[in-house]
Amino acid sequence: MDFSNLDFEPFYLSFKLAAVTTFILFLIAVPMAWWLSQTKSRAKPFLEAISSLPIVLPPSVIGFYILFTLSYNSPIGAFFEETFGIKLVFNFTGLVIASCFYSFPFMVQPLQGGFETLNKNMLEASYIAGKSKLQTLLLVALPNIKPALLTALIVTFAHTVGEFGVVLMVGGSIPGETKVASVAIYEFVEILDYSQAHIYSAIMLVMSFLVLLGVYLFNQHHTRRIGVS
Amino acid sequence: MININIKKVLFGSLGKMDLDVEVNIKEHSFVALAGESGSGKTSLLRVLAGLEEAEGKISVNEEIWLEGKKSLPTQKRGIGFVFQDYALFPNMSVQKNLLFVKKDKALAMKLLEMTDMLSLKDRLPASLSGGQKQRVALCRALMNRPSILLMDEPLSALDPSMRTKLQHDILKLHKEFGTTTIMVSHDPSEIYRLADRVLKLEQGKIVQDSNAKEAFLKTKGSQKFSLQGELLDIVQADILYIAIVAIGQQLVEVVLDEKEAKSLTIGQSVQVNTKAFAPSLS
Repeated sequence: MDFSNLDFEPFYLSFKLAAVTTFILFLIAVPMAWWLSQTKSRAKPFLEAISSLPIVLPPSVIGFYILFTLSYNSPIGAFFEETFGIKLVFNFTGLVIASCFYSFPFMVQPLQGGFETLNKNMLEASYIAGKSKLQTLLLVALPNIKPALLTALIVTFAHTVGEFGVVLMVGGSIPGETKVASVAIYEFVEILDYSQAHIYSAIMLVMSFLVLLGVYLFNQHHTRRIGVS
Repeated sequence: MININIKKVLFGSLGKMDLDVEVNIKEHSFVALAGESGSGKTSLLRVLAGLEEAEGKISVNEEIWLEGKKSLPTQKRGIGFVFQDYALFPNMSVQKNLLFVKKDKALAMKLLEMTDMLSLKDRLPASLSGGQKQRVALCRALMNRPSILLMDEPLSALDPSMRTKLQHDILKLHKEFGTTTIMVSHDPSEIYRLADRVLKLEQGKIVQDSNAKEAFLKTKGSQKFSLQGELLDIVQADILYIAIVAIGQQLVEVVLDEKEAKSLTIGQSVQVNTKAFAPSLS
């Protein structure tokens, strides 16, 4: 095997994309998950169904709709290009937008689950202490769902690193711009370069395993320390 | 003075029920809410705290908390609330649980001192016993110097000796802080020890408003003792029958004749009465 001409750019792109996506999704998903966990609104099942769609839809379907919506031929794509001069497809920006849709449920669901297991009386104790909903979210709810929080962050990150179909549809395979690790591996296989495909795949496998192992080790340690209430 | 006049439809274990309570409570008094589970005690407490909606009017020392559609948010009512399950913040130490309510370190230290919790101030709640947790919760509820302290069965998860200790703490703090205290409780001895007024709820309505002695002393006429117990067993001994009755944590034997024995069923609730003897306490 030849390691000398190993190109790390696809890995760098994969991790950059995952980091940006995780950061953006965290900001969007925390308020949404909090609202979903606290509300008795009739709209809740509809919103839950919509936010879970990316789990069941084939990535090609999500990719197709995003491509259709963001390309220059659609009003949204045209608006962004004419007003801000930003292209939304076949570049890194497009990948971030697509990934945010694709990984959304992986951020929302663990957070919502975490918020729902919180002791309701504990949250009420915070309101009684004069704290607003926002203060209660930041000072009481979030610090007490650390395992769920970590799961949400890591799974979102890992899921984005592992995405392939959506990326290919929306980003294509432009080196240094949209050619992430999963796409690179696909291309190696396509040109029958199995040795490079092996190296890239093994790196992905090991890194993914280590990340997940870290999460579960943390959760076990945390459960022992805080105790299950 | 607290004036309460509220109506609310509850959906309890027995189906739909109307909570309909009209009562005035004097400042600095200690009121116990008694009644079977599902009678609306907790709901009344939660409506007072602003945690649940209701129709009607609540005013506290001339301040309107509820009138028609207008309801003062929980955050602005300035109450203290003690939950049965403690509801402490697991991510904060004992001291920080208190300071979360108000950054008043002197008061926090004073409260922990009064409840013998000062040495545990840096512990996380998970490492405390039930009684210790509830003392922290009690201290936390007093951090904003509330005019009204609400407690929802605060001691029912604790063992008897811990209960007695906590009852003393509650009474001490109630007097020290001059709160108007409203506590849900099932325990007659606890109510007798703490409360100067008992409101008994049944199906969402107040059916008795009295002091603790009137509410729980069950003797009639020349009876000297009247104890509520559960009939556990009836054993035949020659021509007599002996009933085993559980009264609180104690088992007692009562001699029955055949007719009595036949009329009772095991498991039923019974009154054990006696007249002509002089009990002694030792």
